[in-house]
Amino acid sequence: MDYSKFLNDKVRYIKPSGIRKFFDIANEMDHVISLSIGEPDFTTPWHVRQEGIETLRKGHTWYSPNRGFIELRNQISNYFARRFNVEYNPDEEILVTVGGSEAIDLCIRALVQQGDEVLIPQPAFVCYEPMTVMADGTPVIIKTKAENGFRLTAEELESHITPKTKLLILPFPNNPTGAVMRRQHLEEIARVVKKHDIMVLSDEIYAELTYGKERHVSFADIKGMKDRTIVVNGFSKAYAMTGWRLGYAVGPAEVISQMTKLHQYAIMSAPTTAQYAAIEALKHGDKDIEHMRSEYDIRRRLIVDEFCRMGLTCFEPEGAFYVFPSIKVSGMTSEEFCEQLIFSQRVAIIPGTAFGECGEGFARVSYSYSLKHIKEALERIERFLNEKK
Amino acid sequence: MDKLLELINQNSEFTTAQLAAMLGENEADIIKRINTYKENGIIKGYKAIINWDKVPDSDVTAIIELKVTPKAETGFDDTLKIVASYDNVESVYLAASSSYDIIATARGKTIQEIAEFVSKRLSTLDTVIGTATNFVLTQYKDGGIIFNEDDESSEQRSLIL
Repeated sequence: MDYSKFLNDKVRYIKPSGIRKFFDIANEMDHVISLSIGEPDFTTPWHVRQEGIETLRKGHTWYSPNRGFIELRNQISNYFARRFNVEYNPDEEILVTVGGSEAIDLCIRALVQQGDEVLIPQPAFVCYEPMTVMADGTPVIIKTKAENGFRLTAEELESHITPKTKLLILPFPNNPTGAVMRRQHLEEIARVVKKHDIMVLSDEIYAELTYGKERHVSFADIKGMKDRTIVVNGFSKAYAMTGWRLGYAVGPAEVISQMTKLHQYAIMSAPTTAQYAAIEALKHGDKDIEHMRSEYDIRRRLIVDEFCRMGLTCFEPEGAFYVFPSIKVSGMTSEEFCEQLIFSQRVAIIPGTAFGECGEGFARVSYSYSLKHIKEALERIERFLNEKK
Repeated sequence: MDKLLELINQNSEFTTAQLAAMLGENEADIIKRINTYKENGIIKGYKAIINWDKVPDSDVTAIIELKVTPKAETGFDDTLKIVASYDNVESVYLAASSSYDIIATARGKTIQEIAEFVSKRLSTLDTVIGTATNFVLTQYKDGGIIFNEDDESSEQRSLIL
């Protein structure tokens, strides 16, 4: 049967993710050692899991309010004030979602309509473009550069703004580059945002995985930006809770209330058990974050140092759990490099082009793996490079 | 705890350059610290962790518990020294337990050999008032490393976006 006449053309024309292809190759081979997965290797802290179990045992298995339990929204509000210095009203300015992904989708759909341009800095996670297309918006890609540490600059931003620009997506700390925007960088962006009167979706899901002395700065904390920013965050990366599927959006009540309508019709409410566990995570999870961040940091330093020694130069990633080395020294394209690496040494990494055309010449390497695993993979990559010499 | 020791304890194959990178220190300082640990007797040596179950004709291991009468002057020290002096004894611990005072692990060619060692060399010590010998069938984990678990099967995360 020919389904093409039944299927939505917009959906059909969405390209499958380039990350998938490499997972599929890796899946069919034995003894592959992967540095490709984009989720923590830690399991959810035990006290958080226990809280989930306890509420199940008590039979607390009903829907939550559409916006999420008020206790959770209170905790999110406290957390934002405590960690990022921004105050949100739990009644109107916070929506609990099924992962950060749902919050991104809701935000784009609540704001974007036919003819609107959405600015998407790349390399970036793969969801912003298709979601914009589904909302009838026009994605406008801004290519960030290695020499700027893959940060978005004010000039790059301004040169892509047109009268149709409505929304800027700010995906920092960045997957796949590990780039972060420090306060001064955000202030420069804020000036352009204000001047051209646009909205910002700041995807800060990796906020807690920021390395170095300075902590993560939320874009909403920049003067004048709280009113025009929807911040997306969640529990997946900070608390190693990917499978619980819990995230949230905070922002102006007028936007959150529109997002809440979409959420209540499509999703009803985020998973109840996960919400109880998340309350515990926010109350008592700071030390867990600290522990995981320091472990990631050790791995990050090892992998950056080793890549540089091997001649795969990488700028120092300051966030998330990815490094984005340049593979140009090999003379191959990203795709060729990753394909040959997996076939010859059975190491799976993801070509930079999976995150946008401007990822050409780079590859994403995840360090959410044990040191033992990383060490073995690095040895294999070095063998591969030596063979190619 | 000292992060350097923690890392070496995890894997002694890291080069000093790698340790320096991981800890954000310079390599010369790392070398100096390791040497100090060796001089102070904190780092006592490096050895491989071997899964003997995979080695043909490998030895048998036993965990031996000893009930000991402490001596007035030296307590358990004399007995610990004697037990530790045997080459086939791999490790010796003084235990805080109500039933046993010393726990040792020993290796031998056969169960009989170990049984004989316990009855002739350990039970006969005048301070030892009782022994219990536990033979190891399979070693599941050693030095923080789980055996019989290959990397492929231990990856439980799904491959998604």
